[in-house]
Amino acid sequence: MKKAMSFSEHWQPQHWQSLQLQSRNFSVSQVHSALTRDRLTLTDLQALLSPAALLLLPQIATKAQQLTRQRFGYTVQFFAPLYLSNLCANECSYCGFSMSQQVKRRTLNLAEIEQECLAIKALGIDQVLLVTGEHERKVGIEYFCRVLPVIRRHFSSIQLEVQPLTTAEYQQLKTLGVDAVMLYQETYNATAYQQYHLKGKKSDISWRLDAPDRVGQAGIDKIGLGILLGLTDWRTDAILLAQHLMYLQKQYWQSRFSLSVPRIRPCSGGSNVAYPISDQELIQLICAFRLFAPELEISLSTRESALFRQHVIPLAITSISAGSKTQPGGYSVDPDNLEQFSIDDTRSPKQVATALTHQGLQPVWKDWDSFLGR
Amino acid sequence: MLQIAEKTFNSRLLLGSGKFASSQLMQQAVKASNCQLVTLAIKRLELNKPQDDLLTPLRNMDIQLLPNTSGAKTAREAIFAAELAREALQTNWLKLEIHPDPRYLMPDPIETLQAAEQLVKLGFVVLPYCSADPVLCKRLEQAGCAAVMPLGAAIGSNQGLQTRAMLEIIIEQAQVPVIIDAGLGAPSHAAAAMELGAAAVLVNTAIASSPDPVEMAAAFADTVRAGRRAYLAGLVSTAQQAVGSSPLTDFLAEL
Repeated sequence: MKKAMSFSEHWQPQHWQSLQLQSRNFSVSQVHSALTRDRLTLTDLQALLSPAALLLLPQIATKAQQLTRQRFGYTVQFFAPLYLSNLCANECSYCGFSMSQQVKRRTLNLAEIEQECLAIKALGIDQVLLVTGEHERKVGIEYFCRVLPVIRRHFSSIQLEVQPLTTAEYQQLKTLGVDAVMLYQETYNATAYQQYHLKGKKSDISWRLDAPDRVGQAGIDKIGLGILLGLTDWRTDAILLAQHLMYLQKQYWQSRFSLSVPRIRPCSGGSNVAYPISDQELIQLICAFRLFAPELEISLSTRESALFRQHVIPLAITSISAGSKTQPGGYSVDPDNLEQFSIDDTRSPKQVATALTHQGLQPVWKDWDSFLGR
Repeated sequence: MLQIAEKTFNSRLLLGSGKFASSQLMQQAVKASNCQLVTLAIKRLELNKPQDDLLTPLRNMDIQLLPNTSGAKTAREAIFAAELAREALQTNWLKLEIHPDPRYLMPDPIETLQAAEQLVKLGFVVLPYCSADPVLCKRLEQAGCAAVMPLGAAIGSNQGLQTRAMLEIIIEQAQVPVIIDAGLGAPSHAAAAMELGAAAVLVNTAIASSPDPVEMAAAFADTVRAGRRAYLAGLVSTAQQAVGSSPLTDFLAEL
């Protein structure tokens, strides 16, 4: 057996500045040549993410769409988040669930979870993303082990977005039916990371950076990577995420990877966005990743507006949430509580599905089964 | 006629049912291609629902369903899927695919052979998707597979017969039908596979991802027939230099 490796050994935080300087220094002709290649290098990706590439956005989007259709066909997967708890022991200056926020805290019990599952199923959803705040002691492995068997019965695929866990804990969760783990780094900029993540275990950047390694070592089928757009320079963050992805793909060749690129939304903490990213730039980012990694699953949440989603999903998106509620109990138990962030696309899954069908895309509700991956 | 196990088929084109924009389009493409064997992913089926988007339309057509184990990374998962499909779909036909590598979806030769050996014992008609490896294909044949399905190129890559030299050996040695699966991106690729002597080809991406899948399905049907006829008629060998149809040295005989 090879010795277990981790990304933090490869990651060089001091490179941020030089990468950021490079990120703007590309010419249109370099973008052109990146567009003609079948296998892109990191430099090609940098070119596609550069300001110069905005001039060629229509061409980039066309190629992204071609590659998406070739790899994934005319299909889009549907899922919905199930918020189990908003307890959190972290202090993140952009988040409405941060420890110091005066919000009603709630952790769903088994009966409430059952009720929420039924409400989500009634929307037609069969793939679920379990979300919690990060509270190791009250909502940790013991809680997950208790609730997963209940949730398992209702859904064909379970994704998890909770605090980073240990390899042994991931192994345990795999046997209970966890098919994917989302671990959004938020930012790869060490200085910015410390500024935004003030207290709690989340302030330990290495523990978070190496979490995808631990998921890979546990043999869980899918690993979700992501950055939170708005915290710092998105171009540089995207390049570092691509490096992370390349590292993980080599190391865990049996794992699938997905990408999420959420933009900071207004939340009850009321944060201002330090580094906003425009609609056009977000499309550029999504399409550039499609060209760089044609097999990468890319999801787009209800944080984005119906109009934006309608135009971007057909380009490069493979998986979407719909009808989302971002507070524990939001579907049925306690629909009036405060949400983590306000959602923009409020259409029901059926409405979104109908709109996509008119655009020539087939909604896929189920693409996994309980006999796979564990 | 294509014979696999105890069944015969008029069509030598097999279709995949994934990636289509709608199940109606999928049905129309199946019809236009006249294909009689359609594969579908077991993981996509919603077996507890009375109506399934994928399955219900296929069941109403006169075709042999070929459930596949896509998503399985191990023999154990594939066997579980096979049992599930046999019970739910009332067929013991199975396209065995085990690809632990989600990026290129390359078949795992070791797990595939192990699963094939067990599935044959369990009474399945096994059609394994495999690498274009002549020895592996013989081993799968010995294990009792009803056909072998070596890849022309990576799934969905549309690159054509990248493995041509190996496919020639596999076809030469095979005692079961050789069905070229994966990588066929154009009707001309399918024709080339049939000209090599393949018993059949399986196509999904090139049809489902085409702007007009129905027309593309018909085009594949045409070239599969043409390729087969050319194979049976006997292709003339290729030559490095021009060979005149009335050789210039004919006069030598007259001297």
